[in-house]
Amino acid sequence: MSVLVLAESPNGQFKKAAYEAVHYGAKTAASLGGECVAVVIGPADNPADLGKYGASKVVHLADYTGGIDASSYTSIIGQVAAQVGAKVVVVNHSSTGKSIAGRVAVKMDAGVVSQVNSVPTQEDGGIVVTKPVFSGKAFAKCKVAGDKCVLSLMGNALPITEIGSACPVEAGSVDVPASSVTIKERKTVDGEVPLPEAELVVSAGRGMKGPENWGIIDDLAKTIGATTACSRPVADTGWRPHHEHVGQTGVAIRPNLYIAAGISGAIQHLAGVNSSKCIVVINKDPEAPFFKAADYGVCADLFDVVPRLTEAFKKMKAQ
Amino acid sequence: MSAIHYNIKQRQVTHMKLLVCITKTPETTAKIAFTDGDSKFDESGVQFIMNPYDEWYALVRALELKEQHGGTVTAINVGPAANDVVIRKALAIGADDAVRINAEALSAGQVAANIAAHAKDKGYDVIFTGKESIDYNGSEVGGMIAEHLNLPYVSYASHMDHDGTTATVNRDIEGGVEVVDVTGAFVLSASKGLAEQRIPNMRGIMMAKRKPMAVEEPAVTESKVSVVSYTLPEAKGGVKMIDPENMDELVRLLHEEAKVI
Ligand SMILES: Cc1cc2nc3c(=O)[nH]c(=O)nc-3n(C[C@H](O)[C@H](O)[C@H](O)COP(=O)(O)OP(=O)(O)OC[C@H]3O[C@@H](n4cnc5c(N)ncnc54)[C@H](O)[C@@H]3O)c2cc1C
Repeated sequence: MSVLVLAESPNGQFKKAAYEAVHYGAKTAASLGGECVAVVIGPADNPADLGKYGASKVVHLADYTGGIDASSYTSIIGQVAAQVGAKVVVVNHSSTGKSIAGRVAVKMDAGVVSQVNSVPTQEDGGIVVTKPVFSGKAFAKCKVAGDKCVLSLMGNALPITEIGSACPVEAGSVDVPASSVTIKERKTVDGEVPLPEAELVVSAGRGMKGPENWGIIDDLAKTIGATTACSRPVADTGWRPHHEHVGQTGVAIRPNLYIAAGISGAIQHLAGVNSSKCIVVINKDPEAPFFKAADYGVCADLFDVVPRLTEAFKKMKAQ
Repeated sequence: MSAIHYNIKQRQVTHMKLLVCITKTPETTAKIAFTDGDSKFDESGVQFIMNPYDEWYALVRALELKEQHGGTVTAINVGPAANDVVIRKALAIGADDAVRINAEALSAGQVAANIAAHAKDKGYDVIFTGKESIDYNGSEVGGMIAEHLNLPYVSYASHMDHDGTTATVNRDIEGGVEVVDVTGAFVLSASKGLAEQRIPNMRGIMMAKRKPMAVEEPAVTESKVSVVSYTLPEAKGGVKMIDPENMDELVRLLHEEAKVI
């Protein structure tokens, strides 16, 4: 038995998400028995490095150029899983992982649990693992009957540490069926950590009064290397791009630090952010519901407080 | 001359057969609590709605495609008779007919297997799902239907044009979008931006009562995945208020106490 992990390499580079998935795969293999094998689809720098996070071997399909198409990826992962005898497949709960987790499960005739945040354990006749439900308002302990499952791992769910050294890399050999999906273009904002992976997030809401005032939010985010986010009405009115919208109907995030300025803390907003490790709320209304979900609160005008906070961070960085 | 011109303009280029998967979820402000030894969601006093992604984006984009190309929009739900209210709403918004697979929805896998069993010989051009349900947040059903039917799957669509043969779709990816072309039938999951929410009007609500709603028996009643128990997150220790004049103190606490920076 082994655990097969998809290590994503967007633009040929591994990011934190890939190391998280491999590390989680290694822990899963330790818990359920077997070894952790990583599969890398398409070009990637230093696949052997995945060994440092617990992969015992990497199967690399370096020549694959078909882009991230769900049916092609499913076919590849299904074939590699059969070749290495994997009954458990791990992917990230990312746009790629979410597109294939269910498909791979159907292909393998396995159960699927998405957005898992614990290492699975074997319990009478099944595999048990937890995941958030109701948009982070609760957790469910799920049981997959039998010994086959596909898991998509929630971002920032467990800390990663280097536990090994570089591992062997094998060239994979699979047949990729023709696909009726053609990828024409990928447009991403360069140089910024995507929200679901971000450890530090600075977010702002309607209290900002207008898009022209976002300079202070950008300054704060840049100072600490954070990704920016916003509340839903702010994205709906076009003040900020849609991909920044966090909450129940936007992106669900789990950063170490979430700083919210001028956001009231409506239940639908909290649903997407309340798993953050530490929440700082800046709001001039002492009754703002967000204070109840916060670790630290500043009750004042954000237009005074945010620049002051930026200066304070700069001072700390300078020391 | 003008008659011919009229005919050409009126002729439907295509006739699209569209299926929209809809699910029922607790309303977004519903109190989340559990019963039966924390093994079941407590439905008492909870109001249910159609999953926003299904209603606002998937269903409406399907209706727009039908308005553009001609065709039919069928709504499908796996669930008990209590779900009929939500299905009627889809009909009120504009779906032509509906199918309810008469089974408790046990897991994404069982739901997808039943929808695929219904769809396999119907020749749908596009099968829509929402990007996820706001209760189980699985994001699994669309891909599973696609695999059962051996169709392409395009997830997180925030924009789609369809010329009757080929669809051009913008998919949301981390920090941006990917633009893809798909030819032939496929499964699509809808995210924000794909369409604008429509509110059912009185006429729609009246018409919905007379639209056909078929009840089909399930092909699959077993589930590989089940929930053993639920837990609520630990309550926060209480907020520490910081003097707005003293942001150095906040930075110090984030560094030394919370250790997040
Ligand atoms: C089905 C459904 C789904 C939803 N999904 C989401 C979702 O995913 N994400 C989401 O965010 N919302 C969502 N909402 C909307 C949500 O209910 C709220 O309306 C929204 O979050 C409010 O955004 P806001 O906090 O930016 O604005 P407001 O509620 O208007 O709050 C603005 C805040 O700014 C403060 N403020 C104003 N000026 C200043 C100042 N100078 N200094 C400091 N503070 C100031 C005010 O005190 C206020 O608390 C959803 C709603 C529904 C019905």
